[in-house]
Amino acid sequence: MLAYTIRRILSLIPVLLGLSLIVFFMIRAIPGDPAQIILGQLATKEAVAELTKQLGLDQPWFVQYFTYLGGLFTGDLGESIKTKSAISEEIWPYLAATLELSFCAIAIAIFVGVNAGIISAWYQNSWFDYIAMVLALIGVSMPIFWLGLMEQWVFAINLDWLPTSGREEVRNPISSITNIYMIDTLIQGRFDQLWDVIKHLILPSVALATIPMAIIARITRSSMLEVMRSDYIRTARAKGLRMFWVVYKHSLKNAIIPVLTVIGLQTGLLLGGAILTETVFSWPGMGRYIVDAISARDYPVIQSGILVIAFIFVMINLIVDLLYAAIDPRIKYN
Amino acid sequence: MQAPVLDVKKLKTSFFSDDGEIPAVDDISFSVKKGEILGIVGESGCGKSVTSLSIMKLVPQPPGKIVSGEILLNGENLVPVSERRMRQIRGNEIAMIFQEPMTSLNPLFKIGEQLIEAIKIHKKGNKKEFEKQAVDMLKLVGLPRAEGIMNEYPHQLSGGMRQRVMIAMALSCGPKLLIADEPTTALDVTIQAQILALMKSLNEKLDTSIVMITHDLGVVADICQRVIVMYAGKVVEEASVLDIFKNPKHPYTMGLLQSVPDIRNKQDRLYSIPGNVPKPGSITTGCRFAARCEFVHDRCLADDPPLYAVEEAGHHTVRCFLHDTGGNGHHD
Repeated sequence: MLAYTIRRILSLIPVLLGLSLIVFFMIRAIPGDPAQIILGQLATKEAVAELTKQLGLDQPWFVQYFTYLGGLFTGDLGESIKTKSAISEEIWPYLAATLELSFCAIAIAIFVGVNAGIISAWYQNSWFDYIAMVLALIGVSMPIFWLGLMEQWVFAINLDWLPTSGREEVRNPISSITNIYMIDTLIQGRFDQLWDVIKHLILPSVALATIPMAIIARITRSSMLEVMRSDYIRTARAKGLRMFWVVYKHSLKNAIIPVLTVIGLQTGLLLGGAILTETVFSWPGMGRYIVDAISARDYPVIQSGILVIAFIFVMINLIVDLLYAAIDPRIKYN
Repeated sequence: MQAPVLDVKKLKTSFFSDDGEIPAVDDISFSVKKGEILGIVGESGCGKSVTSLSIMKLVPQPPGKIVSGEILLNGENLVPVSERRMRQIRGNEIAMIFQEPMTSLNPLFKIGEQLIEAIKIHKKGNKKEFEKQAVDMLKLVGLPRAEGIMNEYPHQLSGGMRQRVMIAMALSCGPKLLIADEPTTALDVTIQAQILALMKSLNEKLDTSIVMITHDLGVVADICQRVIVMYAGKVVEEASVLDIFKNPKHPYTMGLLQSVPDIRNKQDRLYSIPGNVPKPGSITTGCRFAARCEFVHDRCLADDPPLYAVEEAGHHTVRCFLHDTGGNGHHD
């Protein structure tokens, strides 16, 4: 298992290098001169040339790339053109906000989706199965920003149970340590604020969880149906094992592998920052950060933002791969 | 006479589809005595496997259902009992091994885990005791380096070894009855012989009754004492192994025996029974074998024959009008 893990991690090096290269060129393909944009339409040619030199944009591309790559190895993501502060420090609160929201959303999606899929397969063609699968179909076809608006209208405005938007109560601000507010409030023992944080998380999490939940439920169901027809499930039943354990131990462990793939991909997508959902709920996450950077032509921020998201995506896929091997002993031998 | 371990009476198991009821097992009766090895022989689709799954009450439901009849295990009728009671019986009083050793073990759990689980469901004890018992069972079925195998996964073992593991698992709680559904079909010939020898020796050592389901008459000759021949969901002949081979009465049984290649007489072509096994439920009147039978006459097409005793003690019975001597019908 250790050798497999090391092999998998080493195989990431070319992936990450390629990634940085693609991101680097993608950004430069966007039309518009950053120096011109920073200085405005009325800036003199000399001023623009001066700034271009300052930003290093007059250098050949490979010099720019290696300067950038060298910075990455020392944890330096560059400096924002707009705010003049280090991106590595600036980005974290946004990333933390997205991490917290995505974690809650994917946790809901996994818990509800996997269980709904299992029960649907267990009681195939029952009313539960039919209703769950119709709901899942509606779930995948739902425009999420619309769902978010409806949630706000029902639960925040009409029923007034939950806050409409934001991460915290403005009148009761949280002093951040890690910027992951659930952790911060726990460390500080501020349970009133923790409850506040949770209340703010519920609506956007549920909205974000909808699509992954529906996909996970459908994949789990079909995977479980296939596994439950297999010979070793009959063996488990012939031993006198309770149906509950036959399903949740023997079947689920075999059925979960294709589900893990989907969970990995969906988690990656959520961490990319769900721009629409973050906008609807005024969530200060990665999606917002990058969109703002794009409209300001803030090259270094766009570049680093995309790189960080892609890096997380790759890491999640690594975790999924390692989980496969941990679950299925046959994988590492191939 | 000793009471039988298993007594199946007029068992009928059907599958229900849009086309209506399809009886896969139709009104079959047989019993297994303590320590006996009973063979159930027939072609694919004759209801052998459904019979065994019915006894375990593992027929997929829906679409399958035990419609009528009794399955008496030491006098207790299993047909009406709860799923809870059935779980206490499965693995503990009746155990089962299957045709496909390659897929019958869960690929994601170690052999040891799967064996210990089988014991833990029914027996009390601590982890150490379970482990020791599991290792003992592996040794009992003749697996070398039993301790090592405990920590291995099924894909690390050969088919024959996996079938030995299945047998070890099946016998780990000391069941009174072992149902073996074509346990050697998927194995190559030398391994087949080893597995059969193992089952025979365990049958003698542990006094476990065995129901051996097979389509292979060689297997029957090897280890069974009594045989029932099934055709299209019905028992067509029941006799001791000696009688079946020496003195088969039913045209189907005779056909089956003729289809076995014999090294002593050289034949150009192997005999095969003309026609195919009828689709379950397609024949509703008359003898089910009539369409393929060379002795067919009018009565066979009109009436369903009962079982006739062909010798006085009633140990050899046959479902065929050819053996109606008047008054020897069982009328089951």
